[in-house]
Amino acid sequence: MFAGSNLEKVLANGHFAITGELGPMRGTDLGPCLEHAEHMRNHVDAFNITDNQTAVVRIASMATAIKLVERGMDPVMQMTVRDRNRICLQADVLGGASCGVKNFLCIQGDHQTLGSEPQAKGVYDVDSTQLMKVIKDMRDENKFVSGDEMEAPLDAFIGGVVNPFADPFEYRPARFAKKIAAGVNFVQTQCIYDMDRLKEYMKRVVDMGLHEKCYILAGITPLKAIGAAMYMKNNVAGIIIPDEIVKRLKGAKEKPGGVKAEGLKLCVEQIQQVKEIEGIHGAHIMAIAWEEKVPEIVEAVGGLMPRPKFDD
Amino acid sequence: MIIGERKPLEEVFDRTSSFNKILVLGCETCVAVCLAGGKKEAEETAEAISLHRKKENQPVEVKAESVQRQCEFEFIDEFKDLMNDYDVVLSLACGVGVQTMVDRYPEKIVLPGLNTTFLGYPLEQGVWMENCQACGDCVLDKTHGICPITRCTKSMLNGPCGGSSEGKCEISGDIEIECGWHLIHERLKALGKLDYMEEVEPPKNWSTSFHGGPRKIVREDVKIVRGE
Ligand code: SF4
Ligand code: SF4
Repeated sequence: MFAGSNLEKVLANGHFAITGELGPMRGTDLGPCLEHAEHMRNHVDAFNITDNQTAVVRIASMATAIKLVERGMDPVMQMTVRDRNRICLQADVLGGASCGVKNFLCIQGDHQTLGSEPQAKGVYDVDSTQLMKVIKDMRDENKFVSGDEMEAPLDAFIGGVVNPFADPFEYRPARFAKKIAAGVNFVQTQCIYDMDRLKEYMKRVVDMGLHEKCYILAGITPLKAIGAAMYMKNNVAGIIIPDEIVKRLKGAKEKPGGVKAEGLKLCVEQIQQVKEIEGIHGAHIMAIAWEEKVPEIVEAVGGLMPRPKFDD
Repeated sequence: MIIGERKPLEEVFDRTSSFNKILVLGCETCVAVCLAGGKKEAEETAEAISLHRKKENQPVEVKAESVQRQCEFEFIDEFKDLMNDYDVVLSLACGVGVQTMVDRYPEKIVLPGLNTTFLGYPLEQGVWMENCQACGDCVLDKTHGICPITRCTKSMLNGPCGGSSEGKCEISGDIEIECGWHLIHERLKALGKLDYMEEVEPPKNWSTSFHGGPRKIVREDVKIVRGE
């Protein structure tokens, strides 16, 4: 055990893990976010808190993570390297850990020009792979980047992301291997819609034995509307939405429940499919602006409830 | 070389509006080659100021000149006499040239007429591209000639982010930006050196770059010691 977080226990005990994504608010009231968390409390093993997601200013992931700890929930604190240098990143790892946060997820972050403050200066002092190594060295060597000794040890379950849908495709498994070498313990994938490409990616990952060195959570995002699907398909780099999916959503317009019901059904099917893929250890549900549907999705997959419980 | 772009004329008119004797001073090195601040552009700018002021009924005395290298004292020294005749210099050199002028002629007002944009090269006629940020610790040997600091939008050192798609960077909009790491990957593949893509590159020492403060190189071996 690296940190003994609930998520780590679920994975280490061989259960198919379920995590849910929470996006903090754009004002000082964290209420809606905490409500979403309470609503999915019994259905997910950990709550992944975005860090100024899509480069849009929001309540800090660390503050939100600490609030969840206070409520007995297991947060995954996302940390982008876009907004903080190594001084602040290490300080936030210490800050989070000192308040009970155990899972730290290292990501590069969408570029600032794509977000709410396009005139901001980007930091990019370390990259996401380096941040994994930084946290690993803090945890395993008791050392900061500078080589200075920490005054008290760190427990951390180190997370990251992988994107099987980005290019160059042939390099992606090697990039994953690099992140493992840097110290990542679990990864979540970019939103999956192209199952064939995911399977091809996972085949290579399994051939390289990477699934035995790192837990892999499949990233799942239910599609709420055709417009949202089209937007992601055409405007979000690194997400692939096959035409059949769009066609299926369009075909559901006249059906009872419409596009939304079809989107949820699709999402449930996707989780059922990824469960069968060798090397996938769980699913990370990113129900953006649709968090209230997470319990329903998890229940509909079948065989996932109740979530495992551990005595502390 | 240093690439620049002329400031919008409206801005130039506004900044120079209170002066009646203006020397527009181009530079014949980098910014002339990138068609932003050479003699020709100095003449065009002087002409535009003159026409504008006539229209505004505020005639002005404006002269266009150019110097071989505005960033070296020995070249700008030749303008000593001319400088006395003007109350402002609108420099079409890069920011280095502007500041060299200020250093040499501290009693004069020197205004920038260019926006100094980057270190780069002409890709084709009319297209210039940035490819070095002078980080002070070059890694081009590792990436075989493609700069990850500059060509990757996020200056990553360990391969492409998840936004790399079909060779394009995630920030590509109306202008397409190539993904630097895609280029590096292709180049290393062609050279049979993909092994490098698997190495974990440690955090970079940024203190050799601007992050260590304004940089200064002192070389005792080439310094001229007075009196020797
Ligand atoms: S590594 Fe540094 S010095 Fe070399 S090209 Fe890139 S920015 Fe310039
Ligand atoms: S898409 Fe490529 S160039 Fe753009 S930030 Fe990502 S790795 Fe760098």
